[in-house]
Amino acid sequence: MFSFIVRRVGYAIPTLLILIIASFLLMYAAPGGPFTTERALPPEVLKNIQARYGLDDPLPVQIWNYIWNVVTNFDFGPSFKYRDKSVNDIIAQGFPVTLTYGFWSFVFAVIVGLSLGIVAAIRHNTAVDYTAVGISISAQVLPNFVMAPILVLIFTLGLFRLTNGQYYLPGGGWNGGQIEYIIMPVIALSTSYMANIARLARSSMLEVLNSNFIRTAKAKGLSEREVIFKHALKPALMPVISYLGPAFVGMATGSVVVDLYFSTGGMGQYFVNSAFNRDYSVMMGITILIGVLTITFNALVDIIYAWLDPRIRLS
Amino acid sequence: MIVKSEKMDALAENIVEQQAIKGRSLWQDAMARFSKNKAAVTSVFVLIFITLLSFVGPLFSPWDYETIDWATMGNAATMGYPSIETGHYFGTDDLGRDIFARTMQGTQISLTVGFLGAAVAVIVGTLYGAISGYVGGALDNFMMRVVDLLLSVPYMFVLILLLVVFGRSLEMLFVGIGLFAWMDMARIVRGQTLSIKNKEFIEAAIASGVGSFTIIMRHIVPNLLGVVIVYASLLVPALILTESFISFLGLGVQEPMTSWGALINEGAKTMQYGVIWQLAFPLGFFIVGLFCFFFIGDGLRDALDPKDR
Repeated sequence: MFSFIVRRVGYAIPTLLILIIASFLLMYAAPGGPFTTERALPPEVLKNIQARYGLDDPLPVQIWNYIWNVVTNFDFGPSFKYRDKSVNDIIAQGFPVTLTYGFWSFVFAVIVGLSLGIVAAIRHNTAVDYTAVGISISAQVLPNFVMAPILVLIFTLGLFRLTNGQYYLPGGGWNGGQIEYIIMPVIALSTSYMANIARLARSSMLEVLNSNFIRTAKAKGLSEREVIFKHALKPALMPVISYLGPAFVGMATGSVVVDLYFSTGGMGQYFVNSAFNRDYSVMMGITILIGVLTITFNALVDIIYAWLDPRIRLS
Repeated sequence: MIVKSEKMDALAENIVEQQAIKGRSLWQDAMARFSKNKAAVTSVFVLIFITLLSFVGPLFSPWDYETIDWATMGNAATMGYPSIETGHYFGTDDLGRDIFARTMQGTQISLTVGFLGAAVAVIVGTLYGAISGYVGGALDNFMMRVVDLLLSVPYMFVLILLLVVFGRSLEMLFVGIGLFAWMDMARIVRGQTLSIKNKEFIEAAIASGVGSFTIIMRHIVPNLLGVVIVYASLLVPALILTESFISFLGLGVQEPMTSWGALINEGAKTMQYGVIWQLAFPLGFFIVGLFCFFFIGDGLRDALDPKDR
């Protein structure tokens, strides 16, 4: 087990390095630097600015300095666009917001998706099953950027009109994370992942319920509850666990849309704004941060998976 | 050595005829199973209809996708509603542009991105996976490590970074999506190749001196086709989703061209002024189209891989 963890972690580090170097090279290769304005700057001014941001060093030195700062101080450098802000300031502002949405979306998707899938499998081919399958199919074609406007249409505009402006969910903003500001973004963010988790849980649960050891468990007279909770649940959850990594990545990505559409002030909003402003250092910082999270999370999921299923460790 | 005679010919013909009890190939079986799946067959027809409509429809519309109708400009809520008389079948947007023509244009772009992207991913992914799996050993190890490395990159962010650095254009979007779409395909194909390459017919091919590349192209790839088709049919909607996601953010297809994601984005911005048709029609096409793709994918999986049901 220990050697598996070491191997898995040792594997994550070069991935990260490559991500950092690749995005740095991308930024370096960009035609028209961050300080290209409509009116060309005098060369001396440009030189000063470049010296200020360390852009006049040779490329390897720049990359080394960047990686060194990121690794030792977790410092992503100054923003190219906002003179008084560093990338760290922007992350410190946006990250807690994004994390809140991500956390609740994850919880919602896993709990609702799992229960939906498992109940559907236990009550296979009944009305409950068909409803669950129907929900998960419909939710699959409703990605976050479709869910968001539909939800606003119903719960903000529709409810506002129906109740004469008494009850409605606010269509955007953060407002210190009040619950009514969180509900809609979380639903928009998590619906399609909930659907996928439900589908996975249902099919793997069905497979497990039809296997021999479950028949044995039933034959020796265990109650249905015992069969399901003691025997069927653990093997049925395995495929779902390996999906959690991609699901997390998806929600981190989806937060871009949700942050932008609901103007939450999360990281996604900064990311898109900096994309329009060509503020490379902010984009890189956010990309690398999400990359770190993704890689850590994938490694974590793999380790949990190996812990639950000894066969993985050995291969 | 064999003497040609009428008798022999007749005998040969006879044997051929006797053997002509029609065997059913794997593909005929699959077709039969697929055509029994009503949802999938209906989806195929709906999808064909949408595709044709997106190309033929604009011919019957008096407006094209970028012409501004000055009569409704800035007045979409009161003047730009859908009507036959004005020629705006789906209404207009806030700038007075015809939603019908724009939806058709967006449908064209979205479908093109989906199909072309999937085609590139299938070709690259199949070759990569088949070579990696067939050659095996250190090369396989290296090639799969590369895929694993790339798969753990948050590709949506890198894609946006690419689009910003190299300029937002349709071509760059293609390249960017193509860069990331093939990796899952390569993994699946490699797994299949590993199980195929130890079969007897491959051994026979090696024994008769066929080169590695020919074996891959002629003996392995055709046997992978079932899996590849199923996965490709799921890849098309996934790529359409990716493109729509990027365009929704305003970073994908650029004005005056449009796509489903860009149209939904515009519609979502104006719906609160009562211009509901600007969201409803593109959204309808988007949802119906994706539903069709998922049903077809499901149908294909059931048809080509019955044990998975």
